[in-house]
Amino acid sequence: MAKQILLNNIEVPGLAGFEVYRRLGGYSAVEKALKNFTPDQVTEEVKKSGLKGRGGAGFPAGMKWGFIDKKNETRYFVCNYDESEPGTFKDRFLGQMNPHLLIEGMILGSYALGARSSYIYIRGELFYVLKILEKAIDEAYLNGFLGENIKGSGYSLDLYVHPGAGAYICGEETALLESLEGKRGNPRIKPPFPAIVGLYGCPTVVNNVETIAALPWIMNNGGEAYAAIGIGNSKGTKLISACGHINKPGVYEIELGLPVEEFIYSDEYCGGIRNGNKLKAVVAGGSSVPILPAHLILKTAKGEPRLMSYESLAEGGFETGTMLGSGGFIVMDDTTCIVKNLLTFSRFYHHESCGQCSPCREGTGWIEKILTRIENGQGTMKDIDLLVNIARHVEGNTICPLGDAAAWPVASAIRHFREEFEEHVKLQRCPLSK
Amino acid sequence: MSLIKVTIDNIEVEVEAGTTILNAARQIGGSVVPPAMCYYSKLEGSGGYCRTCLVKVAQGSAKDPRPMPKLVPSCRTTVQDGMVVQNITSPEVMENRRAITEFLLINHPLDCPVCDQAGECHLQDLSYAHGLDETQTVEERRTFEPIDIGDKIKLNMNRCILCYRCVKVADQITDHRVHGVLGRGDHSEISTHILKAIDNDFSGNMIDVCPVGALTDKTFRFKSRVWFTKPFDAHRECPTCSGKTAIWMKGEEILRVTGRKDKYGEVEEFICNDCRFNHKEIKDWIVEGPRTIERHSVISQNHYQK
Ligand SMILES: Cc1cc2nc3c(=O)[nH]c(=O)nc-3n(C[C@H](O)[C@H](O)[C@H](O)COP(=O)(O)O)c2cc1C
Ligand code: SF4
Ligand code: SF4
Ligand code: FES
Repeated sequence: MAKQILLNNIEVPGLAGFEVYRRLGGYSAVEKALKNFTPDQVTEEVKKSGLKGRGGAGFPAGMKWGFIDKKNETRYFVCNYDESEPGTFKDRFLGQMNPHLLIEGMILGSYALGARSSYIYIRGELFYVLKILEKAIDEAYLNGFLGENIKGSGYSLDLYVHPGAGAYICGEETALLESLEGKRGNPRIKPPFPAIVGLYGCPTVVNNVETIAALPWIMNNGGEAYAAIGIGNSKGTKLISACGHINKPGVYEIELGLPVEEFIYSDEYCGGIRNGNKLKAVVAGGSSVPILPAHLILKTAKGEPRLMSYESLAEGGFETGTMLGSGGFIVMDDTTCIVKNLLTFSRFYHHESCGQCSPCREGTGWIEKILTRIENGQGTMKDIDLLVNIARHVEGNTICPLGDAAAWPVASAIRHFREEFEEHVKLQRCPLSK
Repeated sequence: MSLIKVTIDNIEVEVEAGTTILNAARQIGGSVVPPAMCYYSKLEGSGGYCRTCLVKVAQGSAKDPRPMPKLVPSCRTTVQDGMVVQNITSPEVMENRRAITEFLLINHPLDCPVCDQAGECHLQDLSYAHGLDETQTVEERRTFEPIDIGDKIKLNMNRCILCYRCVKVADQITDHRVHGVLGRGDHSEISTHILKAIDNDFSGNMIDVCPVGALTDKTFRFKSRVWFTKPFDAHRECPTCSGKTAIWMKGEEILRVTGRKDKYGEVEEFICNDCRFNHKEIKDWIVEGPRTIERHSVISQNHYQK
């Protein structure tokens, strides 16, 4: 059985309640930190752990905390629970099943950063999870883990859950902060970064749910113990939400470094492709990361086995590699039309672009229109090159990474499956739809 | 204030610390100045949206000579000592600017023949300088119905490039912002929450800052093509603003009153609605003399007196 840090108690009945969580050792990390560690020592443990942000970009959490401007008395710690990337549904599961783990992590992070008010910004559609979290927060207050003078330590913290109104863009951390302030959720132009100017103009750290949920284990077992799990610079475990044409879709916790082939085919994880079909392609880290054809997801271009780790998935750059991203693992068998799948993704990015900057606002809509024509049998060969060009001119030219997220799937689908686009044009229809 | 050195397209200039690349380029002037469709020096926090001003930073600073990995918006990037910037000398910049010009045009109605902004439109200038010869789009453009926002201002959303300038005017110089951006993506629109809601002493400045013909003066609409009118600097005693304006004449008639715009199309000072909309008689004004327009507008260059 692989190492379980986040999901180890997930099947215990009543885990979402304070009693059960506490009985299983919950909140001991908070007690330990408040009693024996200074805030800086907590940050030190997180640095030692090598924990990377699990929201997609993979930025080292301890390093990010180190950037926070400590000269400012008011600082904020914010949890990014907006999880809206197609294919990613790990945070929803974790917070719903084990809300106290997230709350305990929030207390640890807030203590380390010196935050007195902290926020969990949750996607509007997850209202039922918000209810679960609010109940758990009430329990934490009742039991003295939130509020004034937590467990006699002198440290006080208030924790709030704030629902968004259902916009993917509000998962981008500065759009999230705008939305939290009650404004339109437009990403801010950086610099300044949130660690200097964040929520209400004060230094702020935004972390993903899964990043924060790893903190209690790190505090209990030490940063070095965490760094001993995983492979290379990919430390610890990662939640993977697996979906698509596999026998066992779901949320899995893997030790980083697990071979992709084992993840797809072993019965412990995805259990192989449905109906014994052939694997065609995988989008390994949520809809925005480059799609890879079967031969490149199982092995790198050099012929080495591809592993579920930040480094191995990125091996080969965007030419032959991809990214671990947020861990949304979308598997497609040979019945899948790549053009249609891309159209679905592109429709999403068009729909979710905030519209602030012209390349993303105009490019995403244009891409969707062209793909619609190709899929419907009205495309031309020139359209394929035009798509590549639009993607190239959106990428890197925008205020926030949503532009890149919209461009990468287009560029990679055409890079690896160009013949399939050409076939749509030649036949003037989708070869796979009856 | 200490001066720092920056090189733009091989021309060296010394500027105050904290200056943006765009403003450093404006100090040099001429063709090295990147086009700016959303930045407006008189509006705080403007810029960063349109991306027409993207430039390449080939050397970050004397201390850290590494180039910046992506093109940067020159209007929102401050210079560092020893920075080396490429604008028109970078093929990459020129290629991307052309693409961005195209992005701005794919949903634009191209209705210049019936647009009051024609002749002083920044999008016209931009597409003339950077546009493609033939359109690559066969796609339908988004459309909105023109609406009145306030009794003096017409909004034609089809022409809007979402530069956010009018939103910032309303935020920063009127006492109550009642319009903003609704919706998102290429279907977001400038709108009032209530139709015709804009009623404010300074709201007319939205018209002056609009780089395209999305916001136009209803008291001037369709009276004349801009290039048949002649601008004069004029002033009057005004209790609300400085009273210093440009009046646009055709023969003896004042067709329009605006702020005095400089060569970047930016007004020197914001003016009040009373000056702008209610004083169209020559006796209302003390005329100072013809206004020289330095802007090299596609259409204007043949018609404006120099
Ligand atoms: C368009 C867009 C959407 C994003 N959505 C999320 C999200 O739903 N959840 C998340 O944790 N990070 C999301 N991110 C990444 C955040 O901006 C930020 O990097 C992350 O919350 C940092 O947390 P981490 O360092 O713990 O990963 C998104 C980024 C972009 C550009
Ligand atoms: S890249 Fe897209 S989502 Fe991000 S700020 Fe620009 S328009 Fe908005
Ligand atoms: S109406 Fe004009 S000023 Fe306002 S956002 Fe649109 S283009 Fe800019
Ligand atoms: S002028 Fe710089 S981005 Fe628009």
